[in-house]
Amino acid sequence: MKHLLRRIGFYLFTAWAAITVNFFVPRLVPGDPVSSLLARYQGEMSTNAIHSLRVLFGLDKNQSLLQQYVSYWGQLFHGNLGLSFKHFPTPVLSVIHQTLPWTLCLVGITTIASFVLGTGLGVVAGWRRGTWVDGLLPVTTFLQSVPYFALGMLLIAFVTGPGSYFPSGGGYSPGAIPGWHWGFITTAVRHSVLPALTILITSVAGWILGMRNMMVTVASEDYITVAHAKGLSDRRVMVNYAARNALLPSISGFALSLGFIVGGAFLVEIVFSYPGIGSELFSAVEAKDYPLLQGIFLIITLSVLAANFIADLVYMFLDPRTRKEA
Amino acid sequence: MSLPATDMAAVEASPVIVDPSHKRRRFRFLTSAKAASGLVIIGFFVVLAIIGPWIAPYNPDKRGNDLVKGPSWHHWFGTTHLGQDIFSQVIVGTRAVVYVGFLASLIAGVLSVLVGVTAGYLGGIIDDLLSSLTNVFLVIPGLLLIVIITVSIPTVTNTVIAIVIGVTSWAWGARVLRAQTMSLRRRDYIEASRATGETTWRIICFEVMPNLSAIIASGFVGTAIYAVLSEITLAFIGIGGNAGWNWGTILYWAQGQAALPRGAWWWFLPASFAIALLGTGLALLNFGIDEFISPRLRSSGKTSIKMLNGRKVRMRVGFTPVLSSPALTSASGGRSDRTIEGAA
Repeated sequence: MKHLLRRIGFYLFTAWAAITVNFFVPRLVPGDPVSSLLARYQGEMSTNAIHSLRVLFGLDKNQSLLQQYVSYWGQLFHGNLGLSFKHFPTPVLSVIHQTLPWTLCLVGITTIASFVLGTGLGVVAGWRRGTWVDGLLPVTTFLQSVPYFALGMLLIAFVTGPGSYFPSGGGYSPGAIPGWHWGFITTAVRHSVLPALTILITSVAGWILGMRNMMVTVASEDYITVAHAKGLSDRRVMVNYAARNALLPSISGFALSLGFIVGGAFLVEIVFSYPGIGSELFSAVEAKDYPLLQGIFLIITLSVLAANFIADLVYMFLDPRTRKEA
Repeated sequence: MSLPATDMAAVEASPVIVDPSHKRRRFRFLTSAKAASGLVIIGFFVVLAIIGPWIAPYNPDKRGNDLVKGPSWHHWFGTTHLGQDIFSQVIVGTRAVVYVGFLASLIAGVLSVLVGVTAGYLGGIIDDLLSSLTNVFLVIPGLLLIVIITVSIPTVTNTVIAIVIGVTSWAWGARVLRAQTMSLRRRDYIEASRATGETTWRIICFEVMPNLSAIIASGFVGTAIYAVLSEITLAFIGIGGNAGWNWGTILYWAQGQAALPRGAWWWFLPASFAIALLGTGLALLNFGIDEFISPRLRSSGKTSIKMLNGRKVRMRVGFTPVLSSPALTSASGGRSDRTIEGAA
């Protein structure tokens, strides 16, 4: 229990740090890009919307930094992230609300699939070290070095095209109406196969290597020798004795590499013009839509923190030592 | 059941070069094929970064009359929508990639040593504070943080990008260094130097740091991969476009000008391949260093040998030998070709 409380404390602290960074970046950086945008939209915005943007970007110079900080937090608790310039006058939060489910589905499913697949392959690669399986390692090294978007471009160039089953971009066929019905789901799945494959291929290599190295380390432990000496089948020793213990560092690694994978997945979305947060980020950079950028950073950081917390819970379930501390 | 001596000799047949000179030993890790090929690849790109602008056949910005043409004798990698020579863009762009990768990992390396070694050696409340800081930077999605910061800066140069990447990507190295420092801290030779009255900073700089050098090197290379990918990513999404050419800029234009639907594979393939090649070179060097630190990770060579009685034996380093008798094997499932684990 004590461990759990400590982890919760850490995540609250990290969330606070991320929000504070978000508060300070526009205030410390020279230049004031938002004012000019505000001036351009002056006539079309309600005073309320203008006020919220002034609070978010610290345009009220007569307020002290502390006052700005307090009102910034107050506004966040109301879920007010300002208006998006690009989708004027839609609030940032509803732009994110439309795109986040796409990203969550794509990145969530592929990340878990790649973790399971890579860890499984890593178990075999570590156990069968010194056989032909070692020949796969340079291949994974190369795949790991290919940037996500480069692989996506290659897939588009060589797999899609006229007459191909796979579409080269978008999230669903142009005519399909989004909703929870069969026709839409099939077109959505068909459109997400290639982006998912891209993320899977590039991210699986890391799991394979990490798990292999842990398996090699664990394989020389005494309890493995004991298990062999008891005459247990090779397979049983591999899965129940070695892999089980080698898995723990991989799970804590899962939490930490999530932020990295999310960044890579955004690029895949851009290449495939997938209607998720990544594509939104790309167009927000192009349009210099600062409120949207800040909102995306905030929401994604909080989502990654939540995913980390879940990984922590799984870890506590798997490793009795963390529970014993209480 | 002991293995015949001839078989043991066969296993240890790989020649071990014993060189008495000290210098040779220090750079022994270069004899590993992985580290050596990694260094060759990196060396190639470093040379290209230095001489690139002189050997490029065209000015990468110069427009020509051949628009979106495939590879030809005049334009080895084809041309862009403005008739610019892609071969020259790739060559000239190497400099920015290598420069940012090097500077960013230098900054991150210094920060990770400062934070990680200090936290690991001093312990206590300072350790708690610094580790929390490290963990915060580990958990926050780095790429987004870099985007948020660079987008707000009015004029983005390569140096600015390198600084931002360096300042946000030191956490992983710090974490590894902290763990290793904590294990070094309690060793006898450190206790001895503390007992002889050496100052804390002297112990950290001259007793602890030399033993961390391999880990620091490995972290440097790892950060370089990350920095190069981040920089290219930034250019790809259109940040820092006025900082000159790099491989990401080429891909940005290729993506923006719909190179894929046009079937202009030459537009993005060379740059993508260059990124993957440089990344592979860095990763190979990193594996070389890792295997130098921890010999267990080395892929062992041929391990399957035939014994005199015709049975196959698989030798596995790290495994304690467990020999199972044929009677037991047939009882527990009857795998006749069951391998016998042996320690080399």
